[in-house]
Amino acid sequence: MHPVSPGTPRADAARIAELEEIARRMRVDIIEMLEKAGSGHPGGSLSAIDMVTALYFQVLRHDPKNPARPDRDRFVLSKGHGVPAVYACMAEAGYVSREELATLRKLGSRLQGHPVTSFVLAPGVEACTGSLGQGLSVAQGMALASKLDGDAFRVYCMLGDGEMQEGQVWEALMSAPKFRLDNLVAILDYNKAQIDGFTRDVMDLEPLEEKLCAFNWHVVRIDGHDIGAFLRAIEEAHGTKGKPTFVIADTVKGKGVSFMEGQVGWHGVAPKREEAQRAIEELKG
Amino acid sequence: MSTMKATRQAFGEALARLGESRKDVVVLDADLAVSTKSELFAKKFPDRFFEMGIQEANMLGTAAGLALAGKVPFACSFACFITGRYDQIRLSVAYSEANVRIVGTHAGVAVGDDGYSQQGLEDIALMRVLPGMAVIQPADDVETEAVVQYLADHQGPVFLRLTRQNVERIHAEDYVFRFGKVETLRGGEDAVIFATGAQVSHALRAAERLEADGLSVRVVNVHTIKPLDVEGVVEAARACGGKVITAEDHSVIGGLGSAVAEVLGEHFPSKMLRIGLRDVFGESGSPDDLYRKHGLDAEGIARQVRDFLR
Repeated sequence: MHPVSPGTPRADAARIAELEEIARRMRVDIIEMLEKAGSGHPGGSLSAIDMVTALYFQVLRHDPKNPARPDRDRFVLSKGHGVPAVYACMAEAGYVSREELATLRKLGSRLQGHPVTSFVLAPGVEACTGSLGQGLSVAQGMALASKLDGDAFRVYCMLGDGEMQEGQVWEALMSAPKFRLDNLVAILDYNKAQIDGFTRDVMDLEPLEEKLCAFNWHVVRIDGHDIGAFLRAIEEAHGTKGKPTFVIADTVKGKGVSFMEGQVGWHGVAPKREEAQRAIEELKG
Repeated sequence: MSTMKATRQAFGEALARLGESRKDVVVLDADLAVSTKSELFAKKFPDRFFEMGIQEANMLGTAAGLALAGKVPFACSFACFITGRYDQIRLSVAYSEANVRIVGTHAGVAVGDDGYSQQGLEDIALMRVLPGMAVIQPADDVETEAVVQYLADHQGPVFLRLTRQNVERIHAEDYVFRFGKVETLRGGEDAVIFATGAQVSHALRAAERLEADGLSVRVVNVHTIKPLDVEGVVEAARACGGKVITAEDHSVIGGLGSAVAEVLGEHFPSKMLRIGLRDVFGESGSPDDLYRKHGLDAEGIARQVRDFLR
């Protein structure tokens, strides 16, 4: 069923090294895509890509040859502006061709600036997102449907830290434990920066672990660039019964490109040709 | 006296029946199940009913997720509260092409005593502008039952607008609902009243009064406000000499009046009178007093039509 992903978080060191290598190539694809598009969000795509890669090629049960099969795992990218990370993995998995990546944000492309589920179906574009704060509710609905169908599949939702400021996120944080959705995993790409500045200055989320525990989630905190740690967190989520799991993943905005790392200014600006070349040289080492 | 029933009541009963034959139907409510009558489904099928608390935005997103995973969700609240969570409807429901039935009860000023904050007066306008969103408002209990049956299989998002107050039954029990088609209830050639929801029975009563004055007024039920039956609207306007009235318990801005004006402006420019709320808020009062104030009862409609045709 799953030619591109074993569909389990259990991976040995050799496999983790393979995933790290895929993530490195995905970073190159993200930079190339954004440079060609001339706009987009490199910072939040690069902070998310290690976890998106691990989901796509290790955790999720999915089949690019049969993208609509009802028992596939669902992945909702609530931080829709990070979608270049998903598109890179879609091409690697065979949902779209590598050539199609060059059409990102162009007229007539299936690869819209933010996820559009009716244009192309794949993990990460399971729902339209981009107005922040909506994805966790949609993921919750999918998890409820899965429960009605006898736990047919699992649901993963990745959020950005800025969007945790939206009230609707806290509605969903309140409701998912009520429905005992142990088939739902929320993942926070906590890169600490948003458009207007650092998250702690714009509207601080802390103390976050305490808040999420108080909302009755099972909470795990990891380094979001450590694929092994991420996979162990997902395995822990699978073993947690009766409540949903929230993975707080500390990440670095623009991770992997020295001049983008930790820089608020690289939230929503595409690299120019020369910048892209420098970034790719770094990534190719 | 003919049968009187609120369309929300007919909805709740029909939904509970639909749940028996359709296991993919699920229902969500935001702490108003007692008022929207979705509680009738909840009592029969507790496993397929999701009490969302007072979280309308979260309810809409959750409904979208259920729909994207193959269920047929009915998400219920008052029309003003549910369509007020517009961003969620716009993106999670409409743009995602999620098969959600957004059910808004307590349409219009006829909500009465509770006042404007509970009265849905902008919802048709808000829903109508979204690509792919169907907008349906049944005129009585029989039509509501037929619409609920129809919605089990309709593809795409729908806004269903229902009344708090009892409305007069105007359809025979063997009525067949035809999505996207207007229904001519009474012939006439001096003018046509396009009415929707609770205004349909009032328009029929108004036409009776006008007949006594020697005026022959056609009455057309617009249960499907979107997609609007362009051919049916133009045909009725043409048959009535381009004298067109619309009647709705909603703002005339963006509602049925606008929808009809848009179609006729393009295809058969007509002289129009739009009856409804004319750029004002609702307020507390009995439904009868509010209908009198805004000219939405039979007498008010007849008076305005007489002036319009003079």
